Amino acid sequence: MAALFKARKALGLCLSCRSFSALAELSETHQLLRQTCRDFADRELTPIAGKLDKEHAFPKKQIQDLGALGVMAMEVPEELGGAGMDYLAYSLAMEEISRGCASTGVVVSVNNSLYIGPILKNGTEEQKQQWITPFTTGEKVGCFGLSEPGNGSDAGAASTVALQDGEDWVLNGTKAWITNSWDASATIVFATTDKKLKHKGISAFLIPMPHPGLSLGKKEDKLGIKASSTANIIMEDCRIPLGNMLGPRGAGFKIAMQTLDSGRIGIAAQALGIAQASLDCAADYALKRVAFGAPIGKLQAIQFKLADMGVAVESARLLTWKAALLRDSKKPFTKEAAMAKLAASEAATFCAHQAIQVLGGMGYVTDMPAERHYRDARITEIYEGTSEIQRLVIAGQILKEYQ
Amino acid sequence: MSGRVLVGVKRVIDYAVKIRVKPDNSCVVTDGVKHSMNPFCEIAVEEAVKMKEKKLIKEVVVVSCGPQQAMETIRTALAMGADRGIHVEVTGKDYENLGPLQVSKIMAALAKKEDALLVILGKQAIDDDCNQTGQMTAALLDWPQGTFASELSMEGDKIKVVREIDGGLETVKINTPAVITADLRLNTPRYATLPNIMKAKKKKIANVKPADLGVDITSRLEVLRVDEPAQREAGVKVETVDDLIARLKEAGRI
Repeated sequence: MAALFKARKALGLCLSCRSFSALAELSETHQLLRQTCRDFADRELTPIAGKLDKEHAFPKKQIQDLGALGVMAMEVPEELGGAGMDYLAYSLAMEEISRGCASTGVVVSVNNSLYIGPILKNGTEEQKQQWITPFTTGEKVGCFGLSEPGNGSDAGAASTVALQDGEDWVLNGTKAWITNSWDASATIVFATTDKKLKHKGISAFLIPMPHPGLSLGKKEDKLGIKASSTANIIMEDCRIPLGNMLGPRGAGFKIAMQTLDSGRIGIAAQALGIAQASLDCAADYALKRVAFGAPIGKLQAIQFKLADMGVAVESARLLTWKAALLRDSKKPFTKEAAMAKLAASEAATFCAHQAIQVLGGMGYVTDMPAERHYRDARITEIYEGTSEIQRLVIAGQILKEYQ
Repeated sequence: MSGRVLVGVKRVIDYAVKIRVKPDNSCVVTDGVKHSMNPFCEIAVEEAVKMKEKKLIKEVVVVSCGPQQAMETIRTALAMGADRGIHVEVTGKDYENLGPLQVSKIMAALAKKEDALLVILGKQAIDDDCNQTGQMTAALLDWPQGTFASELSMEGDKIKVVREIDGGLETVKINTPAVITADLRLNTPRYATLPNIMKAKKKKIANVKPADLGVDITSRLEVLRVDEPAQREAGVKVETVDDLIARLKEAGRI
């Protein structure tokens, strides 16, 4: 009995050792990658983020530059044109990019996690060549069509249908809130192929854009992440070859859920970037702004805010890294990914809110980035699984552990 | 000729950091402070990698002198496209006292050992601003030098260098092998791409000591004291030109 206990303890220690050391200090490669992304964000994104936001302008050149760096397809193997890196590297890159510009971050995240991710996992070799390789360079971006006007969190109720007609699938329906839609060259769409099977009757499809039968709704006028386009995708007798089904028939819901599991880590990292940018803004201001005869950073009220912001960011970051490390070790990571997304998105809104408070009136005007961080942060609690859904996922996983 | 270019890179305190002097005025604070590759060294690496991409040269070897942390700087250069690195290990007091004379002796020894076609260095480091290492290296090797280069072009076995000088631009044509120092407008250094960062892991970094190269690195200089620049004082307003002249004479300025 004692021997068994010892062995299990040793194994547990061994498995967590690798995670812990990376959590404490990143490897040289990861540090170099992080520094490269940070330099890029500081020089190429931060100076234009305000302008991109005001003009609702898609950062086309910056996405091309990021493609050249390898950031648009980080997990994709080199043979397919990607960077061949792990998810921890992806999380680091996402955080640094989003710290510069949250809109650019979401474009990168959707391309990596939501578009390329499921094709990499479920696609045939031909599908990977056709649908991944051109999307690694930054020249083309993809999108992910799951949500509909009638269902967001209720993903199993997909009302978009796909009927087989000869050598084609014919799709009819509308997808809503699709990020990258106006700038994308392809999309993954989830449609019902067998209504009687309910969520087991949903399949995934690859559709090039533009395409006959596929049209885009108007660009949504959003509160934040304005430089990324969000719109409906409308399919009216949209015909695609049979070979455009991704994965087996009826596997769509499972593919979507798996994809979102990983996507959560990317969005958590985006939220971290926004949170960190808010903290940077607040701390910098606190050292410079003089009131009551000294920089306001000397006041406990401000210090407590900064401390709370710091704790929120650091703990969310560790959760994000842990989720990434578990995924890289091919271990279950659903609970940790949901925790990371929940913690990071709530950290982002908290930090952005407090940053405005620290800046006072200056936090309310567009001269300082705090107000943009506040607007950008808000969506992180909603997309890729609302905070409420994350709580359901986490609770489900926790309860499973006790059964 | 080997077609090999030697590039020296220095690890310095990052340009964006606010420098602080130690309370005992012995040196600046370096512990826990962000360091990065000297910006002019980045430009030197970029130029060498570009020459290799244009097939003008065959191999880029990057050198850095210092303690273990110098390896990070070498690794960054490898991620930019250099082929291999040489870490010349100098630590402790020796590292604190390391200056252009010792580094140029090391670079000269390595240039001979590696049969280098060119030695490219940054024009100066942003910490000591010496602007001497390139010139000293050329002198020790008895090689021509093209310093403050804003443009380089190979012409057969000669190299044309456009130099940024006080009066404008000067173009010289020098024989190879030669020493070049890179100025700001020579190029815009690239970001290390992610695939190159991964490739850099596999590239070799050799470890040598100055003694292995027959170089004596004892310093001929002793730093007596380091002070912050004097605080800027308020000016004085004057009413007339005569007043101005009188005040300037008083202050011993004219």
